[in-house]
Amino acid sequence: MTSLGHWAGVLVTAPLVLLARAVDPLLRAWQRWTGIGGMAAFFLLPNLLIFGVFVLIPIVLNLAYSMTGGTEILLAQRPYVGGEQYARLLECQDYSRPLTCREDQFWTAARNTGLFVLFQVSLMVAVSLVTALILNREIKGRGFFRAVFFFPVLLSPVVVGLIWRWILQREGLLNLLVVNLGLEPQVWLNDRVTAFAAAVGVSTWAHMGFYTLILLAGLQAIPRDLYEAAEMDGTPPARVFRRITLPLLGPNLAVVLVLALIRGVQIFDEAYVLTGGGPGTSTLFLTQYIYEVGFASLLRNPGLAAAASMLMAGVLVVLTLVQLRLSRSSAGGQR
Amino acid sequence: MSAVTSFLTRRRGQGRRWHWTDVVTWAWLAAGVVLMFGPALWLVASSFKGPAQLAEFPPTLLPYVQQTAQVEGHDEPLPLYTVTREDGTEVVLAEIRRIGTNSQMVDPANPEERINVNIADREPVREVGFATENYVAPLVANNFLRFLWNSVFVTAVATAITLLTNSMAAFALSKYDFRGRNAVMLLIVATLMVPLSVILVPLYAVVNATGLLDSLWGVILPTVATPTGVFLLRQYMLTIPDELLEAARMDHASEWQIYWRIVLPLTAPALAVLAIFSVVWRWNDFLWPLIVLSRRELYTLQVGLNTYAGELNVQWHYILAMTVVTMIPVVLIFVFLQRFITAGIAGAGIK
Repeated sequence: MTSLGHWAGVLVTAPLVLLARAVDPLLRAWQRWTGIGGMAAFFLLPNLLIFGVFVLIPIVLNLAYSMTGGTEILLAQRPYVGGEQYARLLECQDYSRPLTCREDQFWTAARNTGLFVLFQVSLMVAVSLVTALILNREIKGRGFFRAVFFFPVLLSPVVVGLIWRWILQREGLLNLLVVNLGLEPQVWLNDRVTAFAAAVGVSTWAHMGFYTLILLAGLQAIPRDLYEAAEMDGTPPARVFRRITLPLLGPNLAVVLVLALIRGVQIFDEAYVLTGGGPGTSTLFLTQYIYEVGFASLLRNPGLAAAASMLMAGVLVVLTLVQLRLSRSSAGGQR
Repeated sequence: MSAVTSFLTRRRGQGRRWHWTDVVTWAWLAAGVVLMFGPALWLVASSFKGPAQLAEFPPTLLPYVQQTAQVEGHDEPLPLYTVTREDGTEVVLAEIRRIGTNSQMVDPANPEERINVNIADREPVREVGFATENYVAPLVANNFLRFLWNSVFVTAVATAITLLTNSMAAFALSKYDFRGRNAVMLLIVATLMVPLSVILVPLYAVVNATGLLDSLWGVILPTVATPTGVFLLRQYMLTIPDELLEAARMDHASEWQIYWRIVLPLTAPALAVLAIFSVVWRWNDFLWPLIVLSRRELYTLQVGLNTYAGELNVQWHYILAMTVVTMIPVVLIFVFLQRFITAGIAGAGIK
């Protein structure tokens, strides 16, 4: 097997090795001409070029797009409108009732995303923390069980969405269970509340393994003698948990919270495949709003989509900064 | 009490009696196995069912195929049913045609005599069987082979470019001392905070301006300069001693040779982790390909699947089979390479 793998490796890398040899004289000449500094530039260039064109320039352009109007995609053909797109997004009689806003879809999406983040992040942190605590025990086959919870993390959001659409449909597996329990079958994704709950549950299902791993790594880094000392002193378990585990797990919990919040705000793929935003607009989230306003709708409005994504980016940056601060203070060992 | 301690804090020792925390542990783990694997297994089992069986409720666990029999006087094989007669006995008959609520049937042993049966009195004769045409038909007829190829192309090319450009940048950032190095590093790490979903519009404009719209390169290029990749590789390269590089320079190795023949082979473990991540990322990408690609023959599997699943009349028997196909590479990675990924997440927190 190893020799087979070895030869396969040789077969794949042989052309690359030849190519690398072929460019060597050229690069030697470049090195002689520019020195080591030129080589540093050479090594950085491909990545920075791609990075600059496809990440940095778009970041700057986003602001420009958010201040222009019309349906054209070329910036030169778009009239400058100042803060009009922002004003349009923010114009609202009563922020608690999205339908009174000028861009009611935006506020519906914002409210849905807020609720989603609230429920999904709390569920996510709770479930991954319990799973990590359990996986941290001395159990047989721990590696296997760790892998079990990690499995859905690798699945694509489209696959995740389709798997659960299939289970939640009228003739699906969930209704089979429901009927066996003597209850009425339902079309889960056609009801506002159950569809929303499905979006929360499915995205938790898909990503909890990732957060579990981070928390598990944190738990395993806590020195064991702390617990032994606590046990010798007869400290009650609840207090040991509160005074040792939680504070020492603090930085990891904060990381999990940051990441879950940031991912939660951006929720799109699996929810989109699962519910398509429906029924009605009950599972319409911000990223889907941006996607539809910017690209999918007939009356596409790139400026409005860019303004909405600037607002979302603002929320993300604030969240990141707040959470970084929290994680720093908890790492400092308060409490 | 100490059992509760160890539950909330750390593991408990061996050889003790079962405690309620053990029950909770194993119940949780058992539920985990069912919940995490169950849905995917259900998908696989369902993908082998024919369209009629998929519409049935309650669904059966295993896929079944209706038995047929060749009956004299009929060209096509006829489907077999178990018919309950008035006296309560059961007999196996073949159906010729259905007229309203009546079924015209025939006994395969006695093909002359036709029997009329109410459809409420007959049950199809089935045995476990696999509707493999679910897999064959869409690959041939519905473009799925094309989608599969596009996905493989995007994944392979994007991963190769990611490994090359990220490792080159990481090499420069870890082994050279130049002005602005920290600024570059900071810039790269800071963009970790800017996800794709907040730069969709301008990125689309840039891809449009570079002529990459509606091409697979437009899917590939914006994704390859991953900050995570640069960061991961740089951290690893920092552990390679500089003396090694100095020794090579003494022997008149060029900087390119040092990168290619010394640093890169030594970085193999980190490159392997990045390669695995990149394959999973690119294979699973959805939103960006959805925006860039509008010609059907360029769709990746994920976009194609979503399109077919979004049609008014969803052909679930094909969708389910193609979802399984989409899942296969990732499942293989899970089975064989899962350790590397979990190590990468636990160690560097990348995803």
